[in-house]
Amino acid sequence: MSTRIDARFAELKQQGRSAFVTFVMAGDPDPKTSLDILKALPKAGADVIEIGMPFTDPMADGPSIQAAGLRALKGGMTLRKTLAMVRDFRKEDNATPIVLMGYYNPIYIYGVDSFLADAKIAGVDGLIIVDLPPEEDTELCIPAIKAGLNFIRLATPTTDDKRLPAVLANTSGFVYYVAVTGITGSAAADSKVVGAAVARIKRHTALPVCVGFGIRTPEAARAIAENADGSVVGTALVDALKGSLDAEGRATPKTVSAVADLVSALAQGVRGAKQAAE
Amino acid sequence: MNPNLPNSFRSGPDERGHFGIFGGRFVAETLMPLILDLEKAYADAKADPAFQAEMNVYLKDYVGRPSPLYFAERLTEHLGGAKIYLKREELNHTGSHKVNNVLGQIMVARRMGKKRIIAETGAGQHGVATATLCARFGLECVVYMGAVDVERQQPNVIRMEMLGAKVVPVQSGARTLKDAMNDALRDWVTNVHNTFYCIGTVAGPHPYPMMVRDFQSIIGHETRKQMQEAEGRLPDSLIACIGGGSNAMGLFHPFLDDPSVEIFGVEAAGHGLTQLHAASLAGGRPGVLHGNRTYLLMDADGQIEEAHSISAGLDYPGIGPEHAWLHETGRVKYLSATDEEALAAFQLLSRLEGIIPALESAHAIAKLSELAPQRPKDHLMVVNLSGRGDKDVPQVGDILKARQK
Repeated sequence: MSTRIDARFAELKQQGRSAFVTFVMAGDPDPKTSLDILKALPKAGADVIEIGMPFTDPMADGPSIQAAGLRALKGGMTLRKTLAMVRDFRKEDNATPIVLMGYYNPIYIYGVDSFLADAKIAGVDGLIIVDLPPEEDTELCIPAIKAGLNFIRLATPTTDDKRLPAVLANTSGFVYYVAVTGITGSAAADSKVVGAAVARIKRHTALPVCVGFGIRTPEAARAIAENADGSVVGTALVDALKGSLDAEGRATPKTVSAVADLVSALAQGVRGAKQAAE
Repeated sequence: MNPNLPNSFRSGPDERGHFGIFGGRFVAETLMPLILDLEKAYADAKADPAFQAEMNVYLKDYVGRPSPLYFAERLTEHLGGAKIYLKREELNHTGSHKVNNVLGQIMVARRMGKKRIIAETGAGQHGVATATLCARFGLECVVYMGAVDVERQQPNVIRMEMLGAKVVPVQSGARTLKDAMNDALRDWVTNVHNTFYCIGTVAGPHPYPMMVRDFQSIIGHETRKQMQEAEGRLPDSLIACIGGGSNAMGLFHPFLDDPSVEIFGVEAAGHGLTQLHAASLAGGRPGVLHGNRTYLLMDADGQIEEAHSISAGLDYPGIGPEHAWLHETGRVKYLSATDEEALAAFQLLSRLEGIIPALESAHAIAKLSELAPQRPKDHLMVVNLSGRGDKDVPQVGDILKARQK
């Protein structure tokens, strides 16, 4: 099985550079602006796009992404509309990988089989579900693989060598290394420590390893890019979006460019990185 | 007879923490290694006679167990039916059943070498019990409490602070118990290396629902023995209030395989089941939140809805997974009581028996008042008086005063 994710990482490897992965919340602050942001991301330099599926109780997210999800829900976002947004994006872009990230309950309520079928048709490539560890693989991971979607697992500083094989067993697409024990938007990770952790994971898998949590600036993105196959930025983008909203939390003419400009700057940071030694 | 009924209602959960389809371990990877460590540490403790012996000393001399099983003569006369016994969990140190579980978990935390304890709390009863035992064993204690609950349960906030705990008012969501649990989980993910999460109810990822149930089962075990001594037989029915469901599970579990014992759980119906309420079995459906699959209040998109109850301890949109399973198997009947019914029961018990119950426990008293008159005088009914009402006195006083005007 090869997906847009596999193709994109193969392509980047040929170009000799690390991937820049962006996270935005679906429907933040409203469905139309959110689609416009999504469309602007590849042009601004995003290699892979993670789209947050809003949830009322995001227990691994910090205040910024919590608030983004609540803005989206207030704006009427649902899982069905998130899939529709991916479908609209795919009309113009059939190459940029799309990964949906979130929590299990909305998918469970949608119905696992119908969700996977609809996600595949919409053009989703992979899933990151924060509250589904390998112990619950029968819920969604195995059915997702059967449906032709990558199930991307989070590895964390607490995932030791003994546990890594279990975490990697049904992982495909890439491995998402959570650089800090904590919630999204936590303090920055030390790139040297991260480099060692990435090397440790790579001893167990041939998959690309992307690093997220705590990356906010082009400099930080560059430092991570030198040590990993990709860097993920989420909270900083969500904060830039929030900073562009009016007093009532509505989008302004600056909202799309606020996100796109930061993505450009970060992408330049990533592209300035020296390629990590293989 | 349902052919899918198990041979025993007391054998769960399975090794992956499931009660039927309920339960499980739906947590972030960061927490998973610790959850597996905890499962092992608890299994070791359970098998260690020294652990139980040490627990017994504290249960007796510090908590004050056994709690009495008291024949409520005037309440029985007033209702004119079943003979009513109150299991007096409100007499425990800290004023509720919560201490039974906290003692157990703190002892496990000590075995695991954890020095920092976090907890969520609704009414503050679990928070007070946790702050108490952290003081006793010299552990750092941080309690997450919804900002709304901080307001309506001030006496408990003051108690926790006096005991040396840090109380963090949670501003997200509806600012009640669900949100406190979210923030406690966020703290845990961040400080997993030195922190033990002392969950207050029979919910969360495996092994918590099982472990908390085991620690609370002392309520039911004592009740069996005490009823034998008082009446020479088993009770005919049991009744307890349910938020997450720990006091109810503690009373029910030792009786689940006694088919002659009718069992009733009482959820909080808030303003009524067609309006804002906290009755997840009556008004919800299965979903996944806070580490387990269980009945939840939610919308068509799977977004969790805000619960409402006059009682902060029941104000939660979910319920322990074992209750969800007992509901589906039909072994336990789940009823609900409104805010108004609970307020009336609160006053009834205060006036008739000289016992001011917690608003949580008043929900059980409210349904007891319906069920007891329908039963014969030789029917033995036990209600779990899970907590005392001192913490609710300011809130109820304000409500009653406002009505007199």
